[in-house]
Amino acid sequence: MGNTISALIKKYNGDSTRLMDMLIDIQSERGHLSDWTIDQIAKLLEIPRVEVEQTVSFYHFFTKEPRGKYTVYLNDSVVAGFAGRERVKRAFEEAAGCTFGHVSPDGLIGLFDTSCMGMNDQEPAALINEQVFPSLTLQKARDLVDGMRAGLDIEALKGTEYGDGQNAHPLVRSLVRNNIMRKGDVIFSDHAPGRSLHKIATMSPLQLITLVNTSSVRGRGGAGFPTGLKWELARKAPGDTKYIFCNADEGEPGTFKDRVILTELPMLVFEGMAVAGYAVGAKNGILYLRNEYRYLREYLERTLDEMRERGFLGSTVAGKAGFSFDIKIQFGAGAYVCGEESALIESAEGKRGEPRDRPPFPVSKGYLQKPTVVNNVETLCAVVKIVLNGSEWYNSIGTKESKGTKVISVSGDCGKPGVYEIAWGFSVNDVLRMVEATDVQAVQVGGPSGSCIGPAEFGRVLAYEDLATGGSLIIIGAARDLVKDVVLNFARFFREESCGSCVPCRALTGMAQVVLESIAAGRATRANLDAFTGWASIMQKNRCGLGQTALNPVVTTMKNFPGVYTALVPDGDPAINPGFDLAGAVRDFDAAVDRLGGGHA
Amino acid sequence: MKKFTFVLNGRDVEALEGQSILEAADGAGVYIPRLCYHKDLLPGGHCRVCSVKVNGKVANACTMPAADWMVVDTDTEELNEYRRLIIELLFVEGNHFCPICEKSGDCELQALAYKFGMTAPLWPTLSKNPPVDASHPDVFIDRNRCVLCGRCVRASRERDGKSVFGLEGRGIRTRIALDSLDGLGMTALGRNDAAATICPTGSLVLKRVGFTTPYGARAYDKAPIGSEIEKKEE
Ligand SMILES: Cc1cc2nc3c(=O)[nH]c(=O)nc-3n(C[C@H](O)[C@H](O)[C@H](O)COP(=O)(O)O)c2cc1C
Ligand code: SF4
Ligand code: SF4
Ligand code: FES
Repeated sequence: MGNTISALIKKYNGDSTRLMDMLIDIQSERGHLSDWTIDQIAKLLEIPRVEVEQTVSFYHFFTKEPRGKYTVYLNDSVVAGFAGRERVKRAFEEAAGCTFGHVSPDGLIGLFDTSCMGMNDQEPAALINEQVFPSLTLQKARDLVDGMRAGLDIEALKGTEYGDGQNAHPLVRSLVRNNIMRKGDVIFSDHAPGRSLHKIATMSPLQLITLVNTSSVRGRGGAGFPTGLKWELARKAPGDTKYIFCNADEGEPGTFKDRVILTELPMLVFEGMAVAGYAVGAKNGILYLRNEYRYLREYLERTLDEMRERGFLGSTVAGKAGFSFDIKIQFGAGAYVCGEESALIESAEGKRGEPRDRPPFPVSKGYLQKPTVVNNVETLCAVVKIVLNGSEWYNSIGTKESKGTKVISVSGDCGKPGVYEIAWGFSVNDVLRMVEATDVQAVQVGGPSGSCIGPAEFGRVLAYEDLATGGSLIIIGAARDLVKDVVLNFARFFREESCGSCVPCRALTGMAQVVLESIAAGRATRANLDAFTGWASIMQKNRCGLGQTALNPVVTTMKNFPGVYTALVPDGDPAINPGFDLAGAVRDFDAAVDRLGGGHA
Repeated sequence: MKKFTFVLNGRDVEALEGQSILEAADGAGVYIPRLCYHKDLLPGGHCRVCSVKVNGKVANACTMPAADWMVVDTDTEELNEYRRLIIELLFVEGNHFCPICEKSGDCELQALAYKFGMTAPLWPTLSKNPPVDASHPDVFIDRNRCVLCGRCVRASRERDGKSVFGLEGRGIRTRIALDSLDGLGMTALGRNDAAATICPTGSLVLKRVGFTTPYGARAYDKAPIGSEIEKKEE
């Protein structure tokens, strides 16, 4: 067996910066990464074993123990909870004969939780051996386990009721549905691949950057950084080797639009990377794709091949001498924080996905310390359309400060969850009407790292100048328990996903969960609630956006829905802590002085 | 190296190009509280205790290069309150029983707790009570007292040319990993390694010398943490 490991390592020339690829390959070959395997890898790469261990233990989908011939990762998103996840979970447990976090006694089936996997419009969903099983029911869960017991392979388990559009493509064959509910003028308008490349071939890189600057397009990944400026900085950074990353980590709970874009318009995305490459002077592009979307791999690889055949990628793109650009795909292995651009770069270098302190910024020192641009999927698509239609056209769409369209991912309590491309400037009310949501208690805008707003704010508009968002809108109906169904779930999410590098983020994502549970159980005091204010301010000191926003679910619900918390904190003497277990605290003493009586210890 | 000045706590101070705010402040005799930073190592940026305000915005002093446009405040009531909260969190994240700890009096965590007036930890403990590893003849590691400052990790790599330590897991489950599955004793750690004595707390400690200097006569028993830097000013 040692041979396969060394063969897989040779495939990447023994380059330890490719450790992620090696681990993914070796795990898919062997099912898990045992201590012995880790030793072998370290030996062959001639690096300390602890270096391999560090990376392996960071990612959710890497495992040192076998996780079953069939490994079920059931989505643990808020919306999965709305859609009956608990019942499906119990059905899996009963049928498989083990609880979540374990493997069935015969080693056949492993059951595990996983953070939002980009399927919020078709919950409850699970990943089983890299394939997505959306819209699960009790019966489907039981049938799946029966199928596993009968030894069906994953294709047979899946059946053939493939989703719409390219989900049914022979290289995809996925049950996932696109649910494109509204096409706008930019991203989902018709596209003839390659045309933008021929057009930029007649422009200088500086002209291209000027065009992007005058379009005022800003990043769609959440932070809204001006795209033209980012490219300009990377272009000016000294060095011959530069990189373009397309960020397709899409980990923000409730977001799934990048999956749909990549499924339906992969050439548009790759073309956008080539445009960025031309502007910046980068010859290499890397699509960082979350592991949850691995079912798209063959299809995307084939798309890249086709683009090479058609001259859209390669050494002379669009027939222009000197315009050389090619793309490879880098998979993640389950870590939300890897969507943060510097963590993404660390991960692509084979390391733990720990963000870097800045400066230096990636545009000057990024991947392998070279100037690097990281852009969201949607940003890159928008740029292609800007090249084709001009910046005036782009400026005619949207609001004063927010140009163009935004693709939003809508899920939760509404009639028509799915993907909508809208011009910036829609109000939350407009969206709620469009998606047929009634009796809405709250909307989570921008995922857990964004804010939870109530009806008083539904008049606000989606735009950088008002409600800026990466595009996740989770609709929370009147019947939901805001603290138990939503806030606690998000607290768990951040606890699972903090990289652990900064003290406030690591300790407080751990602590928030514990304190919120006591609040939800009515065992907390006013002082416990008030503590979150001080905690929220030390979170600002964390290195990256994850830690800086991790208490937002609590902070924004406390601000916008104070009633739900006051109802949970019992009145009474503020000096008395109802969470304090007096009997428990003195139990050892009572036992020592023989005061317990009647064998209660 | 090029010299320039910037404003630190209301007065002009000199800095060298490439210095972090923390290093420049050290040079000027201004102590910025820190825990994971060590002068012989590259900065790690883990503890966030060194957070300061740069032109009103939060910045991490040990990783942020100083620049001539900066107006830096390091010692405000607000910042010190944050520091106290961070230290308090570290006490409940681990299990720090100072009265019996070899490091008491020499411990940077304890000294910071005194400095910021932390009395008793108020929050539920998050500690999982990991076992002590005493398999090495000269050094033991007690992860109950580890604050994950990463100094041992960096020291082993940068100073000792080894890689004895690393990190395992993520988030609240992160812990120090060793380069051997069979304990500290089976790693390449040597008694004279920089990594063996660089720990700010009682987590990674030399054996048999813990009580050579009695309680009461130790570094922070004599002067509060930071005074060695502030003294230079005179
Ligand atoms: C914790 C965290 C997760 C993130 N996840 C993503 C993501 O999945 N996709 C994305 O495009 N940007 C994500 N971002 C933002 C990126 O850091 C970065 O700003 C973005 O990719 C830049 O691309 P843009 O300028 O085109 O928006 C995340 C940021 C943080 C702090
Ligand atoms: S803020 Fe949290 S996720 Fe971000 S670097 Fe710090 S510990 Fe890691
Ligand atoms: S063992 Fe000591 S030096 Fe190493 S990370 Fe823990 S506290 Fe820091
Ligand atoms: S000393 Fe700067 S982050 Fe720890």
